[in-house]
Amino acid sequence: MTDPWTLVIIVALAGVTVVARSFFFISSKAWSLPRWAERGLQYAPIAALAAVVVPEVITTQGQLIGTLQDARVFGAAAGAAAFYWRRNVLLTIVAGMAVYLPLRIGLGW
Amino acid sequence: MFLLRQLRRHPEFWNGVRQMSPQSPGIAAWGLMTGVAMVKSGLSVTESALMSVLVFAGSSQLASLPLIVAGAPAWVILATGFCVNLRFVVFSLHLRPYLLHLPLWRRLANGYLTADLSYALLIHRYPHPAQDDEGRLAQEAFLAGNCAINWGSWVGASLVGVALAHFIPTSWGLGFAGILCLVGILCSLATTRLKIVAAAVGGAAAVAAYALPLKLNIVVAIAVAVILCLVLERPAPLKEEAA
Repeated sequence: MTDPWTLVIIVALAGVTVVARSFFFISSKAWSLPRWAERGLQYAPIAALAAVVVPEVITTQGQLIGTLQDARVFGAAAGAAAFYWRRNVLLTIVAGMAVYLPLRIGLGW
Repeated sequence: MFLLRQLRRHPEFWNGVRQMSPQSPGIAAWGLMTGVAMVKSGLSVTESALMSVLVFAGSSQLASLPLIVAGAPAWVILATGFCVNLRFVVFSLHLRPYLLHLPLWRRLANGYLTADLSYALLIHRYPHPAQDDEGRLAQEAFLAGNCAINWGSWVGASLVGVALAHFIPTSWGLGFAGILCLVGILCSLATTRLKIVAAAVGGAAAVAAYALPLKLNIVVAIAVAVILCLVLERPAPLKEEAA
């Protein structure tokens, strides 16, 4: 059942996406960052990606996994190895899934 | 913004398309599973489809689902969505000098469409914002090209996921392809020793702070990694001071 109030919330969530992603350039008033902050920002993208990826690979609901029988660990390792072999993200996905799916569906890891 | 013909004509637009394309299967698999998750959690097909097309932020979609289904107050849902998106606030600070010359609606449209991968690719291709009009146009065109692929793969696959939700068991774990896509980008960004440190510290901090609500662990991880790397950075060489 579609609920009109839910539709309103969904539209508002789209607004949240716009505001969050544009936060510091909604206003065009002139100001600039101190140099140290500018230098610091170059580390933000990789730190953010690692912060998203690492818990997804080595924790279950935030609990560190206690076993190596986990398809995600091997899948991610295979993906990273494939990336360093050919510098290709598509190959990373294919190789990672080729390791991950058999372990998960076949062995139930 | 890929709707502007002026940008689509620019060679950098197609360069952006080419650089995002290898990521497309991973984004699509992730979008597909998000589409499936929306329907399975109890949203109607109309609601799920609208969410796929409009919200365009996987983590905030997934975080808000249980709240919407439970009938949480609107402000709680929106605040949650914003907090889960806080990393984009950090990115927007970084993107500011790249976009500030544009009129407001184009800044907002670019902001809306620039998700994690588009941001990472733009900064990787152009570590410094352009100083002249030609360079700015090239950067905007590159961003438009990579956003077009990112948006198309995500939204298209999400809609497929919504349509096929009852035929795709979540136990297959196809969503892992999205993680692998991020793994690939992560490796491609690891170009200096300090950036590898940033990744290691960010990952460890995110696990350590996982108990924080609203995915604030990600924001904490970014802050810790950035501060630590700034401390570790050697001060700029002083010119012949000792001489």
